[in-house]
This record gives sequence, structure tokens and C-alpha cells, in this order.
Amino acid sequence: MSTEAALFSIQNLTKHFPVKKSGVFNNQKALVKAVDGISLDIAEGETVGIVGESGCGKTTAGRSFLKLVEPTSGKIIYKGEDITHLKPGKMRPLRAELQIIFQDPYSALNPRQTIGNIISAPFEIQGITPDGGVKKEVQRLMERVGLNPEHFNRYPHEFSGGQRQRIGIARAIALKPKFVVADEPVSALDVSIQAQVINLLEDLKREDGITIVFIAHDLSVVQHISDRVVVMYLGKIMEVSDSNNLYSAPHHPYTKALLSAVPQADPHIERTRERIILSGDLPSPINPPSGCVFSTRCWKAQDICHSKAPEMVQVGQSQVACHFPE
Amino acid sequence: MTSLLEISNLRVSFPTDDGDVHAVDNLSLTLNAGETVAIVGESGSGKTVTSLSVMGLHNPRSTKLSGSIKIPDGDQVIDVVNDDPEKVRNMRGRVMSMIFQDPMSSLHPYFRIGKQLAEAYLVHNPGKKEDAKKRTVEMLDLVGIPEPAKRAKDYPHQFSGGMRQRVMIAMALMNTPRVLIADEPTTALDVTVQAQILTLMQGIQKEFNMGILLITHDLGVVAAVADRVSVMYAGNIVEQGSADDIFYRPMAPYTVGLLNSVPKISYGEKQRLQSIAGQPPSLINLPSGCAFSPRCTYIQSAPAGSCAATLPDLVGISPSHVSRCHIPESDRPQVFSHVAGGK
Repeated sequence: MSTEAALFSIQNLTKHFPVKKSGVFNNQKALVKAVDGISLDIAEGETVGIVGESGCGKTTAGRSFLKLVEPTSGKIIYKGEDITHLKPGKMRPLRAELQIIFQDPYSALNPRQTIGNIISAPFEIQGITPDGGVKKEVQRLMERVGLNPEHFNRYPHEFSGGQRQRIGIARAIALKPKFVVADEPVSALDVSIQAQVINLLEDLKREDGITIVFIAHDLSVVQHISDRVVVMYLGKIMEVSDSNNLYSAPHHPYTKALLSAVPQADPHIERTRERIILSGDLPSPINPPSGCVFSTRCWKAQDICHSKAPEMVQVGQSQVACHFPE
Repeated sequence: MTSLLEISNLRVSFPTDDGDVHAVDNLSLTLNAGETVAIVGESGSGKTVTSLSVMGLHNPRSTKLSGSIKIPDGDQVIDVVNDDPEKVRNMRGRVMSMIFQDPMSSLHPYFRIGKQLAEAYLVHNPGKKEDAKKRTVEMLDLVGIPEPAKRAKDYPHQFSGGMRQRVMIAMALMNTPRVLIADEPTTALDVTVQAQILTLMQGIQKEFNMGILLITHDLGVVAAVADRVSVMYAGNIVEQGSADDIFYRPMAPYTVGLLNSVPKISYGEKQRLQSIAGQPPSLINLPSGCAFSPRCTYIQSAPAGSCAATLPDLVGISPSHVSRCHIPESDRPQVFSHVAGGK
């Protein structure tokens, strides 16, 4: 995909968090390389899933897309405009088009504000009065996401987790955004409620043509909702692929291991499948392994993997960062 | 097969100012040696309360318990609900032990893990300090912790999440219990680490011929390790059967709904998920009759009015596969396939 066609594109984005190194004489600062040089083009109307284990940088990536954390280096391009270094004041009008849905529906809503206030906040901040007034629009939004509009004056604690997530979604879509980052929107929810919220997001995507970046650790959920899936490991992209393709023909060893580890709700599949058990734990993002970051846990690793970081290469219909793709 | 655990007619409720919270209602379950029984359900369905009852961990002052939980210990059988708490304490950690969900908060941050493990052994073998030390290193080795003798001197914060869960498992195994209760043992872990832990638990189960009672909300984990499954909803078991029964021949509408809610990794055209409408009920004011009836899609197929009137019995044509539903069992496969049609 060329950059011109992309609605949103990031180039070589990095986000490093400084941490103090322990030691009396060593006041040098170490860096947690949460996101370490990722590039991605997202087309209008597309749903891109980002998967990875905890600590792989998927949340930081999602937040830096929207400049909720200031990226260390790299470029963020929205509608052909470089927004990487925009000042907050210049950024504000754009915020109407760029929205986020947070993971934890319990901490993402102010407990002292009524639902009506929470959902109307975007209008107030942007100084927009929708047709028919704010209250009417808020009630329409509440109905849209499957909440009872009469609950306008209730407080967040009066709602269940699934309903709170709907409130968060109503707030995010209030200003008719073009691009929404959904950061683990269903992982705090029970299975039956999770399905309701996934269906709601799919409706929004279909009816309003919203472009969604869907961040999650649950691979089956990501496969279900996404057109394209990005697999991250230790701040880097391992593989980008069409979602059907990724699951039927994973090219990166890490993708393969990750997929083989996901238990599926089908005992026959579970009894016959072979699990690739990765040895050890995720290395520290302060001292990532040299060369390919996955090399310390990879069963295919050769000398070159420990010394040279692989470039993204096209394999079939996927882009893979591996010296020895499958 | 010998039964290691027999729960019959267990009821657990918690009195509150707003009325009693009926967490578990009339639950019966058996666990045999070498088998894994999974209890599946959503938050608030009563699965953790059940597991805490088996360990005898409820505070008697704030909990109303009835029924019986029988666990054989040598030549006697102890009833966790009705026997002397001292007797239960003597069994805890030795005959039955538990792995908790959160490995971050279940280990004491002030003590070296070796000390915490040894304590579990010393409680039941007072004075045998040398044995305890030896056993600690053996168990840490068994659960796959490299350099166990050295790592025993580390504190919990020096371990990663997956490693801490291994330490928890090692602690639960210190006295080679015959019943292991695992309450969401992999929920806090990443999938690749989850795969490691599940494989480890299966290996240990084989080695000691343990019975595992697995509490989880993850149907994938259930499919991977369970022999038999109990599905809970609002404090009741709504369906009980072999893993194959539950996944391929579900008989309770709630089980059907739960299975349809899970996205499956599939190729080609994606199906819309069939979610269960509505919210789980409050355990203080349970709906009359079948607690699932307000959310049930198939209510039209049951005899008129029956769902709101009475809670159906847990019965089945085959005694090994039982479920609660007013729709005649012979009609159910057709009824369920009709609404779930086009799949």
C-alpha cells in the first residue's frame, strides 16, 4: 500500500521511556524501548489488529498514534499531514477525528460525573453544538450503543462493566471520528458481554466507515474483527498480514508459536494439536537481545539472528521480519 | 475409580444489609483421581465461592453454608462443611491444596520464596527443617525453575508472572496433595506462558495421579485440559457432562449461548457473533424460576409459563450428561440448531 492511499501512517516510530539505573555511582539513565521503530500504513475504513503479549508495546504504540504519549522519534502522518510535532492547540481540532476507547471501563469514566456529562464532554471541549442540541444528541448516542437514553442522569457505578464500555464507546464516537484506537476494549468483560461489544464495534465500522486500530492480546478476538493483523514482540513488528492469511499461514516463528499457544474452544482440535512451547520469559525491554529480538526464544535461530536485526521482507502476502521465514 | 472429592447439595450465601447473596445453590459434584473437572462460568456465577468452600476458607461469621463436601483422608472421610475446623485445617495443604489466580498477590513480598515453600511443609511435618529444604528444591525443580537451590533464596519480586505461578504450583505440591484446586491459574498470564503452565499442570497430574478442580471462564482452556465440565450460571450448575458433551452436544441454552459468543479462529467469511442479550442477574434478587430465562432465546420452545415458574431440575437422558431446561431434551438439538442456524 502506498502512503498516498493511507489515511493514517506511521514511519519508524519509537517511544523510549527513561528509567533510573540502580547503583550508587551509576547515574546514567537506561531506556525502556517500549516501541522501537515501527512503520505501518492504515487505509481508510480498514480495521487493523495489533496483537502481542504484555510488554510488547502494543498499548504504547496505540497511544503514541494519537500523541497521548509523545513519540521519541519517527513520524505520524494523518491525511497526508505530518502531525508528529503539532502543538496541543493545533492538535485539538484534529482530536475530534482521532479517538480512543480505553481498556478498563472502571477507571476510564469519571465517577463524579453523570453519564450525560461524560458523553457530552467532547461537544463542550470542541465547542460544537449538534443539530437538536447536546442532550438530544447524547441520548441518540446512548441509544446507538445500546444504552437506555433515560439513564442520562445516572453515575458510572450504577452500570455494569459491559455497559460502562458502551459509555466509553459512545463518548469516542460522539464527534463522528474517522480513526479510533480501541485499546483492549473487551478484555475486562465476560465472554457473553464481550460478544455484544464486538458486534457493536463491527456495526459502527460498517455503518460509519470508521477506521479502527484494535489492540488486544486475545488472538481469536483480533482475528474475528480485523482485516489486517500486526504481530508485535518487544517493541518491534514481527509480521503484518491479512487476518485470514496470518492464521492459516503464519510466516514468522513467533506468530506460529503464539497461534499454537491459543487454546481453542474445541476439544478435538485441542487433543490433536501440537503446541510450540516457547522456553523462558520475555526479555527485558531495557536490554533487548541484539540482532533479532526474538532470537533468544526462537528454535530456528542461527548466528546471524543474534547479530543482525532482520529487515521486513515480503513473503507471500505478508511482511515478515525474520531471516528464516517459514 | 476412587472419588477424591464429593460435594453434595452445597449452598453458600452471604447475608448483607440488602438481603442474602445466594452465591451457590444446591451444587453437587464429584472429582476422581487423575481427572480434571472444570467449572466454567462468568463473573459472579459462583465458581470461586465453590472452590473456597472446598478448601474450607469461608469465614463462618459472614457465610451461611449447608450441604456437605466430603474428602477422604487415609481411612476416614472429612466433611469440610460440617466437621471441626481443626480437622479441616489439618488437611489443608496436605490432602487438598489450591493455586490462586493472581501470582502477584498470593506470595508474601517480605519472605524468600524458599521460606514460604518450606513453611507449607513444616506445618504438616513439624521440626523436619532439613527435609523441608530438600523438598523445596525438589519441587522448584519439578515445576521447571532453573537453578532451584539458588532461586529459593530469591524474593517474589525477582520472578516474572509465569515464574511466580510456577512457584505457587510448587507450594501447592509441597505435601503431594491428591486434590488440587486451580482457580483461574492462567488468567493473569500471557498465552505463551499459559501454554507452559497448562502443560506443566498436566504433567504433574499424571505423575501424582491427582484430581484437579479447574475454575475458569476461558472455554479454550477447558477444551484443552478438562475431562468433565460443569457450567455454572447465577449460582447453579446448568449443565454437567464430559468435555465432548458440553462442546459438541450442549443441552442447556446458556451453554449454547456461551459457545456461540466465543470468536473462533476461522478462515474465509466471518460470522457475526451470537451474543447473549442482557446482563447476568443480581444474586440478591434472582429471577423467579430459571435464572437464565430473562436472557434465553429459546423460551418460546418451552411449555408456556414454565420457565418463569420453576427452576428446572438438573436431569438428563444419560446420567453422565445432565442439564437444566424446561424444553424436552429430545427437542433441544433441533431447537438450538434452528436459532443458531446458518452456521
